[in-house]
Amino acid sequence: MGQITPDTQAVVVQDHAGHAVSPWRDAWRTLRKNKMAIIGFCIIAFFILVAVAAPLLTSFEYDQGELKNKHLPPSAEFWFGTDYNGRDVFTRVVYGAQISLWVGFFSVIGSIVMGTILGLLAGFYGKWIDTLISRIFDIMLAFPSILLAIAIVSIFGPSLQNALMAIAIINVPTYGRLVRSRVLSLKEEEFVMAARAVGMKNSRIIMQHILPNSLAPIIVTGTLGIATAILEAAALGFLGLGAQVPQPEWGKMLADSREYIQQAPWTVIFPGLSIVLTVLGFNLIGDGLRDALDPRMKN
Amino acid sequence: MLAYTVRRLIMLIPVLFGMSLIVFSIIHAIPGDPALTILGEKASPQSVEELRENLGLNNPWYQQYFSYVKDVVTGDLGTSLLTKKEISGEIGPYLAATTELAIFSLIFALFVGINAGIISAWKQNSWFDYLCMLIALIGVSMPVFWLGLMEQWLFAQELKWLPSVGRDNARDSVEAITHFYLIDTIMAGRWDQFNDVVKHLILPGIALGTIPMAIIARITRSSMLEVMRSDYIRTARAKGLGQFFVVYKHALKNAMIPIITIVGLQLGMLLGGAILTETIFGWPGIGSYIYTAINNRDYPVIQSGILVIAVIFVLINLVVDLLYAYVDPRIKYR
Repeated sequence: MGQITPDTQAVVVQDHAGHAVSPWRDAWRTLRKNKMAIIGFCIIAFFILVAVAAPLLTSFEYDQGELKNKHLPPSAEFWFGTDYNGRDVFTRVVYGAQISLWVGFFSVIGSIVMGTILGLLAGFYGKWIDTLISRIFDIMLAFPSILLAIAIVSIFGPSLQNALMAIAIINVPTYGRLVRSRVLSLKEEEFVMAARAVGMKNSRIIMQHILPNSLAPIIVTGTLGIATAILEAAALGFLGLGAQVPQPEWGKMLADSREYIQQAPWTVIFPGLSIVLTVLGFNLIGDGLRDALDPRMKN
Repeated sequence: MLAYTVRRLIMLIPVLFGMSLIVFSIIHAIPGDPALTILGEKASPQSVEELRENLGLNNPWYQQYFSYVKDVVTGDLGTSLLTKKEISGEIGPYLAATTELAIFSLIFALFVGINAGIISAWKQNSWFDYLCMLIALIGVSMPVFWLGLMEQWLFAQELKWLPSVGRDNARDSVEAITHFYLIDTIMAGRWDQFNDVVKHLILPGIALGTIPMAIIARITRSSMLEVMRSDYIRTARAKGLGQFFVVYKHALKNAMIPIITIVGLQLGMLLGGAILTETIFGWPGIGSYIYTAINNRDYPVIQSGILVIAVIFVLINLVVDLLYAYVDPRIKYR
């Protein structure tokens, strides 16, 4: 990238030997020094590891338990105790990590893809396309997001897939608006005008100039978006609109165990703590990335 | 100001149109036979046909849409399949309960959030600052329903300090006039009941208010830090004004603008979060109304509940925008 844009700092950063450093390398250096972001990375790395290694970490099945083991407190055998069906809570929490991370990643990727396409269309072609797409975003943002998700899931029926789809849809305007505003400001930049002047096609301008220069804010918003998506998935699961029995989704586990909270608080504490930690992890990484990639947003 | 108000009102038209289309879809766009989905596989063909007739599902979709909009505009929100009553007739008390809870939460969030943010900015990098920002960070990462469950378990069931469910004492229930129980008990002069109602508000109010509180604290802190660096603050200090006076009188005024914007957005989050909070605390608000409807496939109630909250949210945003333009006249010309 030879051009200077608001995100790639105007001053060329140099390393100790005096060589110029790319903005991404520079961002990585800032990020490495951010203690909170490193903690976030560790939390998320831990949960990814747990999710991937789930079958190795436990000898129990997440959907099978013996009623004679109902509501046993945490012990050497059942680390997080057992639930109302005698199922091992640790096993369910571990497999729940797979579901939450999966929903978080894929719903955000879905939102980013849809939002980027719509944002590019709106920002690049303008006119009635822009008006139409911007109005659709306004309408979607006029709902408190969880209500829009409930509406979508009510139409298509409660399931984990539909919850994921609903979460992806409700967050499209966030990315759409972001890409649209990046396109609008980049369109005025000299290097884009120069590309036009030498006869570069629109599709190439988008691929070579617009998208690479929109990447940093998308990454920041996307990381924070995973945190939101995980909370939304848990909320839908809690309301019975997301994962269904016997899927070990954290929100669903809370809903199913809440009536036994006095007899068996561990069935509610551990799934909830897992949600808080995962969401916290993504928030920390997102904040760190924002400070590193987008110095203007720093405080 | 008038021109801006009119322009802002015109902008509402496409939003309300799109909103009605989405809410309409909740019943009418269910794939397959909506009546069969609502009643379940075991329903008799006769009752399915009856429901189809009732909901007007046999007409072409655009006719269904126009009659739906006509009904809503004339105040007909449909009939609950569960209670067989008119939704517009039974929704009022639920709405009042939610409003009371939301206002209580917002006051809590504003009071604690703004003060924590100010003190954090004032004593930047002190242990208080770190503690506040840590709590704020955990606060934004907390699912409201889990916080609610933990509060209920700790403060209601284990410590027995506060009641865990409902709005009032079931054995001595409040006589509803306005359905805002705080007002009702004052009007009746029943201070013992007033006390009871406040106690019932505390746990759900804090659960619902925590996320907005955390966000408000973070915004206040960063906004204050920016203002505190400005020249006029240095001048005020140079004049020898007391630190407290500089922070609370001079700086806060200019730091308020981003806070006002955030509060408007937070009200929407409060209304959304109310569904989850009310479910946990058995708070008989519109969130519980929708939740019960979800569990009973009472689609007309889901539909109208969502519509009512969305319309309130749009109106709140309208008011916030107008207030904002009034406070900061530059907005009007954007």
